[in-house]
Parts: sequence; structure tokens; C-alpha cells
Amino acid sequence: MAKDKLEAPAYREFPSPPPLREGAMSHMHTFIAKPAHQEDLDWPGELEDGWEQRAVDKLGDLLKKNKALRVYLDSCVKCGACTDKCHYYIGTQDPKNMPVARQDLLRSVYRRYFTISGKLVPGLVGARDMTKDVLDEWYNYYHQCTECRRCSVFCPYGIDTAEITMAARDIMNHIGLGQKYSNEIIGKVHKIGNNLGLPGPALVDTMEGLEEDVLDETGVDVKFPVDVHGADVLLVTPSADFFAEPPVDGLIGYGKVFHQAGISWTVSSYASEAANFALFAGSTEQMHKIARRIRKVAQEFGVKRIIFGECGHAWRVAYSFLNTLAGPFDFLDPKYPVPQHILEFTYDLINRGALKLDPSANDDKVVTFHDSCNVARASRMGTRPGGQFNIPREVIKAAVNNYVDMNPETIHEKTFCCGGGGGLLTDDLMELRVKGALPRMEALQEVVDSHGVTHIAAICAICKTQFAKVLPYYDFGMDMIISAHQLVGDAIQLGEKE
Amino acid sequence: MSYEVNGKTIECDEEGYLEDIGEWSLDVAKIIAKDENLDMTDEHWEVIDYLREYYDEYQIAPAVRVLVKAIKKKFGPEKGNNKYLYELFPYGPAKQACKIAGLPKPTGCV
Repeated sequence: MAKDKLEAPAYREFPSPPPLREGAMSHMHTFIAKPAHQEDLDWPGELEDGWEQRAVDKLGDLLKKNKALRVYLDSCVKCGACTDKCHYYIGTQDPKNMPVARQDLLRSVYRRYFTISGKLVPGLVGARDMTKDVLDEWYNYYHQCTECRRCSVFCPYGIDTAEITMAARDIMNHIGLGQKYSNEIIGKVHKIGNNLGLPGPALVDTMEGLEEDVLDETGVDVKFPVDVHGADVLLVTPSADFFAEPPVDGLIGYGKVFHQAGISWTVSSYASEAANFALFAGSTEQMHKIARRIRKVAQEFGVKRIIFGECGHAWRVAYSFLNTLAGPFDFLDPKYPVPQHILEFTYDLINRGALKLDPSANDDKVVTFHDSCNVARASRMGTRPGGQFNIPREVIKAAVNNYVDMNPETIHEKTFCCGGGGGLLTDDLMELRVKGALPRMEALQEVVDSHGVTHIAAICAICKTQFAKVLPYYDFGMDMIISAHQLVGDAIQLGEKE
Repeated sequence: MSYEVNGKTIECDEEGYLEDIGEWSLDVAKIIAKDENLDMTDEHWEVIDYLREYYDEYQIAPAVRVLVKAIKKKFGPEKGNNKYLYELFPYGPAKQACKIAGLPKPTGCV
């Protein structure tokens, strides 16, 4: 079981569309949620008779609730602009991983049941009945999309392809065909408070351990508080920050920033998760339930502001939807944005001279930055357009002397997904994850060759874990991936302020 | 899926993690380790024992950092690092060692 002979695809000589390999990924089938995982989320445990009609009904329901979805399904003209923009198509060469082809798996069913031409002459307009074969294709290929929306950037009609993947997954969940990885995790958040299933006492133990480590290393008593009522800041961060390398080094960095700024903060054992996996499942109800935990704690603790740690889609949900999901947040201090990103927070402190950074602490590194898709394409930081690109870079540049960007076609809003987002960061999809990392690895290789880049910084727990896993397949060291706030934490000058 | 241990069937999930941690025994662990192509040494068992102790107390596997620190304290600084643990458990101490220890797989962005 442990041995895998998986090999990374070869770098392309030029970043051109690769030749097609029909059905190359048709075997990819992520584990199906067990009935217990489904039922925890009030979804049917498995497919039951009559699921075909229920799937069509659910699609009808979504079309009513989400007018944009109908526009996306209607407006594609098959221009082809999106075809070669997907990391999974580039890495797997499977034509069904062209975004347009993947969307058409759902669009064809939409046509059959919701358009006049599809009802009358299905064969002429590419309309298909909702059958088991169609459903199987949905399950395979809608779990080969990270909802990263790179293709949408290039779509002249602005079709948000992620919304189509989310709709398909939402429908599948509602008929009893869910994905194990995401649905088990959502259930854990409802029960325990985070994706890991890390109970309160373990969280406290972990945070005390970090206090010891930082004290040992720096001689400074930096606190990592849990469940402190009356703290100024509620930090909501992905639970991977408590558990995995390198995310935990980012958490240490946040702690040092709070310490040096003299701002009291806490995490909560009840809302101990920033990531909202319900986004991946396209489920507003579940998204709502997860987001409400944050509101509840913020109110109970009486905090003045909520700050999110480094987590891509957490920030997407927080920035774009938090207020509608769990607002209004009129009980917070109106001086601060709701919510705030940890990078905005650190950036502001640096600009005000409240933090002293010594970038020479990172002189052993040449750093580049990977824009996380959900931050880059779906949100903003700070008060100016493009803040989500500039702020992380400005913070990193304040912490390091050697910084280089990757190829402009692969950063900012055109960033390539790490290959593990959207609920696909699971071992059963390792082949897909390795292949999907190809375009990012190509861009990384370029700056390694041209500028001697040694580290790639990221601001998302998924990206960090994905890179730690796939970098070795491309002959890079797994420790090349680093948290943005680790760079800050290593450069920060702790101690008395002048 | 399941393991056959001394004539008994022990259920596991698709990836070989035990469905019920209560079914764990040394013999089960040895069979899982064999499936993972690992030759278990005393050093491996030190890690497995610690994981199980920690799980007993906290109902979750320890973070890698916590594990590294505990191993360092218990068995000496030369064993207290990530590299050592990856040498023992090439597929990652968190996941592979948890499987052998009968613990559930850590989920989430890890």
C-alpha cells in the first residue's frame, strides 16, 4: 500500500497545450463517503431508487436559487479560451479535464431538462439524460477540479466554472453520493470544531508546546493563548496550523507578531478551524453552520476583531461571505475591517514601524511566492485593488533580502493551483495531485535555474501540504515550501521596543 | 477491506486504517507494517507506543512537532528530528505510523 511508483509528468519544452490522451484519468475515483459521513450532514447515506429525478429536481432548485448558475450554463459559446488553462488538463492531458468539457458534463443534463431545445431534440443540442454513466462521469471529473477558477479569468463571458463544479457536487451530496474526504471533515467540524478532529485539551497541549519551543529558541515568553475571554483578537486559523509542518511555523510567526505588537489574542477550541470545506461541497447550509461557530465565539469572548490565518479558501469564504453567512458583526470594533487577514495585520504593523524585522535572518534563502487561487482570484486584502497580490509580497520582502517572482503568466490572478485545492488534498487522488502540480513546478524550476530560488512561500495550508507532498516527485526537497509568516517570525526582532 | 489476524477478521478502511481502534493488537500492527513494507525495529515500536499513549490521553494523534519533541525527550536528541522519523516511516510519521498504531488517519489540510 505504501509503495507507489507514481512519476511526475515531464516538463514541457514550451508551455503549449499538451496532446490529448482520451480517458487518461477516467480511472480516478476518489473514495465515496460512507453512509455515516453523509447522514451526519443530513444527506442520504447512499444512492436510492429514484435518484435520477432527485438529481434533476436538485438542479432545478439550484437554478432557482442561483441565477448566475443558469447564466453560466447558458452562455458558453465553446470558444475554447479556457481549454489549456487548467492545471489538471495540462498535467493529465485528459480532454474531459478541459474546463469547458468538464462543465459540459453538467451542462448537457441541464439542457435536457431545462431548455426547450433539449427537451424536444436532445440529440441535436448535446443534451443527455441523467443516467448512471453520466453520474459516474460527474463523480470522477468533478473531483478533478480544484475550483481554482483560473479558467474563469480567461473566459470572455466570465463563466465561473467553480460554481458549476460546486453545483454538481451539491447535487451528488443530495442524492447520496458524497466524497469521503470532504464530508468526513465537515462532520468533524460540526462535532469537534476543526477538520483534524483536534479536541480542546490536545489544542491546549499543542499551544503550550509552542510556547516552550519559542521560549527555548528565543528566550522570549511568547504566548499562544486558547479560549481567553476578553482578548482583543480572535484568531481563526486552519487546524493544520496546529498540527502539520510547515503550517505550524506560520502559526509561530503569527504569535511572535501579536507578541511584538502587544495586542492580546486568542484562538478558540470551539471555532478552531478557518477552513470551510462546505465551500468545496457547494453547500450553503453547511457553510453557514461552520461560519456560525466563529460568530458565536467572537460574541462570547467579546473580542474587538477577527483575524484569519493563512488559509486560502477560508479567506475566500471570510472575505466574500462571512457577513451574509454569520453577520452582522456590529458587535466588533468598527475601526477594523471585518474580517481581517493576518497578512493585512502584519503589513499594517510593518508600515507603522510597530515591528522590527531583520531580513538578513533569512539570507540563507532566495524566496518566491505562490499566490493561492482562492485568495488571488476571489478576494482582496487591504484597501487597494491588487492588495491580495501586493500585501503578501510586501510582507515577505520586508522579511527577506532575496525575493524573485515566478513567470508573470503563472502568478497574481493567473496563478496556477497547487494541485490539491477544492477538497482534493487526499491520498487517494495522489496521481491527480502530482500531475496537476506540473505547471506550478515548471514555473518554480525556471526561477530555481535562473535565480537560485531555494524556497517557495505560501499562505494556504492546502498549498503548503500539497507542495510538501509533491515537490519530491519533481526532485525538489519537501522543505522548500515555507509559510509566509515563518519568514516573518524568523526575521522579527523580539524584545523591548525603543 | 480487512486484515486476517490469527484467524480473526479485522475491518479497515480503503487505505488500511482500522475501523475500530479497540481491535488493535501487536499482531495486527505487525501485519499492517508488513503491508506497508516496513521492517519493524525497536525504534519503530518506540514511536508506535508513544502515539498510542498520546491517543489514549487526547483522542487524536500528536502533531508531528509534538511527536518529534517527545521522542527527543524520551530517546535522545539524535532521534528528535523530522528526518529520523521519515527514515523510520517514509510515507510520513503522522500517517504511516498512525496506521500501524491503529489510530484514525489525521484528516484535513495535512
